[in-house]
Amino acid sequence: MRNSLLVLLIAGVLAGCSSEATKPDNSQADAARLAAEKAAAEKAAADKAAAEAAARAQQQQVTAQPINPLNDPNSILAQRSVYFAFDKSNITSEYQPMLQAHAAYLVAHTNAKVQLQGNCDNRGSVEYNLALGQRRADSVKNALHLLNVPDAQMSTISYGKEKPRALGNNEAAWAQNRRTDIVYQSE
Amino acid sequence: MISGWRVGLLILGCGTSWLAQAAMTIDITGGEATKIPVAISPFEGAGQQYRVVTDVVAADLLRSGELSLVDISDLNPPLVEPTDARFGVAKQRGAEAVVLGKIVPENDHELDVRFRLMDAVQQTQMAGYSYTANVSQLRTIAHKIADVVYQKLTGVPGIFSTHIAYIMQTGSVYRLQVADSDGQNAQTVLKSTEPLMSPAWSPDGNKMAYVSFEKGHAVVYEQSMATGKRFVLAGFHGSNSAPAWSPDGSKIAMVLTRDGGSQIYVVRADGSGLTRLTSGGAINTEPNWSPDGNTLLFTSDRDGSPQIYSMPSTGGQPTRLTFDSKYNVSPHWSPDGKSFVFVTRNEGQFHIAVMDVASGQVQVLTNGDNDESPSFAPNGKMILYATQMGDNGDLAVVTSDGQTHEQLVNTEGYMEEPVWGR
Repeated sequence: MRNSLLVLLIAGVLAGCSSEATKPDNSQADAARLAAEKAAAEKAAADKAAAEAAARAQQQQVTAQPINPLNDPNSILAQRSVYFAFDKSNITSEYQPMLQAHAAYLVAHTNAKVQLQGNCDNRGSVEYNLALGQRRADSVKNALHLLNVPDAQMSTISYGKEKPRALGNNEAAWAQNRRTDIVYQSE
Repeated sequence: MISGWRVGLLILGCGTSWLAQAAMTIDITGGEATKIPVAISPFEGAGQQYRVVTDVVAADLLRSGELSLVDISDLNPPLVEPTDARFGVAKQRGAEAVVLGKIVPENDHELDVRFRLMDAVQQTQMAGYSYTANVSQLRTIAHKIADVVYQKLTGVPGIFSTHIAYIMQTGSVYRLQVADSDGQNAQTVLKSTEPLMSPAWSPDGNKMAYVSFEKGHAVVYEQSMATGKRFVLAGFHGSNSAPAWSPDGSKIAMVLTRDGGSQIYVVRADGSGLTRLTSGGAINTEPNWSPDGNTLLFTSDRDGSPQIYSMPSTGGQPTRLTFDSKYNVSPHWSPDGKSFVFVTRNEGQFHIAVMDVASGQVQVLTNGDNDESPSFAPNGKMILYATQMGDNGDLAVVTSDGQTHEQLVNTEGYMEEPVWGR
């Protein structure tokens, strides 16, 4: 995992260099000269940034910090929310790959623990939503259980409609709030 | 009368701190048919300083939806004595009754407030009381006067001296508030940076059960209103919520998830003797006791959508009561046990409705976008609920016939889950 991240970093640096190199820098006109100077300055800045990035990458390699896939924004494990329809707690198929990835991680890391936090939009009764949020949390727990995650690694909580992620009274906000978050215990 | 007054003073006296009067605006709508016309004469000695007394009496009587006001404020000097020859003016303007009064300073900090309710036609006295109070208690006195006037003219006990509780959110701060029946004189019972929900009065009004997230999950507390002392009634693994007192105050129904799903349990008010009433995979929540203590209404989605059911308060086979919508929640019995209020979803909006249990007939009482948490006044004549105006959460009152609405707009925070107490 660490190596693949390094490769990505270097690839990014190279891409930055090559795009700078394609800018025109051989024009005779004053305007072109100005442009060339600007491009040169940008190239210098890009080179400096690349050097710093390389230094950081070097340092990372030297200190050998393990990169946790949970913190990798490109990993499917970065997806932490399952969203639901109004008054529903069934998980649609689009979340299966994400739940499978979390299940695989939890099975591989028996010390890791997750809290499954159920939430609702702000319509309807506080208490019914508290119960619905619990069932949304339980629903994700059951799905992970079926993917062989031991119950001891999972806990559930419902916040009902008390902790909305998005504010506002419109479908966009409501849809954001009807969800279960997978929260790793150390987070 | 006497016991109500004592409770009022108790709550006044036990407050940790009284907040500045909330910035409320009042908007009453409703028809004029079949209302009893009453004239309220400015009280002698009130001036502008103590005018709040007659203002509050007038607002209370209007909110009831059963009385209308006849203006005699142009009489100069105002009617004060029951023998005044100008009673004919009030009668001529249609008043059936006239409220007269005087405010006399007793000493540096106390006032004597006297009032009479006069029959405008006979010019005979229907009631007369005298109260001694300090200036901060004038609103409380006014509610007492409104209760006497309302009871004498309608034959039904007034509820203006009762109190309400609700949750108010300001930024990330939650407050459990107690206020007068008109939303004024709000006092904070509990303040938390984690959610508070589901306040429930004990039947005598001396205790409150509620849900707090202060321990990271929903826990039910029971708190004395007089001392502020509290204890965890239910703090089991999972969610502990939806407390509801039995009418004799000896038991509390609530919802626990400790055994899987949201199930209804009953526990004694001291926390002992936990008994489970429901089972299965469906949601069971929002228990509410019938006035005779024999039946619980509750919300369940056992038939695929949230609906209201009744079952014996000792457990047993539930009976489904609501069918008209795919979302019927938050049942709350009327004091006479003949009907209940609830929230029904109608074309994407949430309205307050009342069902007559014998006939099954449903009347929708409100038309807001998101009306919630209805509960009856102790006399069964009015219903308190939460409503939304834009992004603000307000409280509102509707008469049980749906004819008169009043909104209590509070600019201090988002108010929800009001419940009417003693």
